[in-house]
Amino acid sequence: MVLAIESPESVCSIDSEASLVTVRARVRATAVDLGFGIVDQTKLVTAASELARNVLRYAQRGRMIIEELDNGDRRGVRVTFEDSGPGIADVELALRDGYTTGDSLGIGLPGAKRLVDELTIDSRPGQGTTVVITAWDS
Amino acid sequence: MKLEDATPIIQLGEHLLVSMQGDLDDRAVLQLESDITRSVSETQATGVLLELSGLTIIDSFIARVIARLAGMIRLLGAEVVVVGIQPAVAITLLELGIGMQHLRTALNAADGMALLHEIRE
Ligand SMILES: Nc1ncnc2c1ncn2[C@@H]1O[C@H](COP(=O)(O)OP(=O)(O)OP(=O)(O)O)[C@@H](O)[C@H]1O
Ligand SMILES: [Mg+2]
Repeated sequence: MVLAIESPESVCSIDSEASLVTVRARVRATAVDLGFGIVDQTKLVTAASELARNVLRYAQRGRMIIEELDNGDRRGVRVTFEDSGPGIADVELALRDGYTTGDSLGIGLPGAKRLVDELTIDSRPGQGTTVVITAWDS
Repeated sequence: MKLEDATPIIQLGEHLLVSMQGDLDDRAVLQLESDITRSVSETQATGVLLELSGLTIIDSFIARVIARLAGMIRLLGAEVVVVGIQPAVAITLLELGIGMQHLRTALNAADGMALLHEIRE
């Protein structure tokens, strides 16, 4: 069984460039709190930065929710990025390296996926996008 | 010229030493990019040492700006050497899928400076 603990402070709104700094600080603090090593911390914070930037760029606003996990054996963290933006029509395509509608590198989603243990996308065109990442202490 | 307090640009002879640090927001990164570019052209520097050991994270945005900055400095006729990227940051960049192979790098500031001198000869 995986126990998730969500506290009110673990919700963070994403609505400006300044919120990206807050997102990174919150995620870093959680990773440190969980005892993650420096490499795991850096990977998680970087993945979060990419996903928060996507929220800001494609949906203008949204929020991040951090939950600490404990499966009895290892500790971990689940970070959810949700927005009510345009959504992603083809999730598989969006996860491909180099695919972009934003005239960018198309590296955010596939890169973030490589940096964590699990990344899932739930998106409906016209309704919004939810990206969930999970990382366990290695 | 207004320089970011958090990121001093120091002139050492014909070279500039820039030490990026902290968790910079996007605006600060872009400001720094234009400050450095302007400094290079104003001082006619022949080399720039970008010291990144103070950066705890480099995401795709910051990586892209650093690459673009390096390209601009070269266009201005100066050389760029990047030093001090933290190991955890380097590992993360590779996994993210951003190679920094096109950037000249050195282990530390002293090696970086030596490399800048070498390139000119
Ligand atoms: N939250 C989101 N809402 C709507 N579309 C999204 C969202 N996140 C990603 N996308 C879509 O998925 C594509 C791929 O995203 P990804 O982050 O991989 O690349 P990018 O943002 O285009 O470029 P990069 O992240 O390299 O700057 C985006 O171009 C966009 O079309
Ligand atoms: Mg992106």
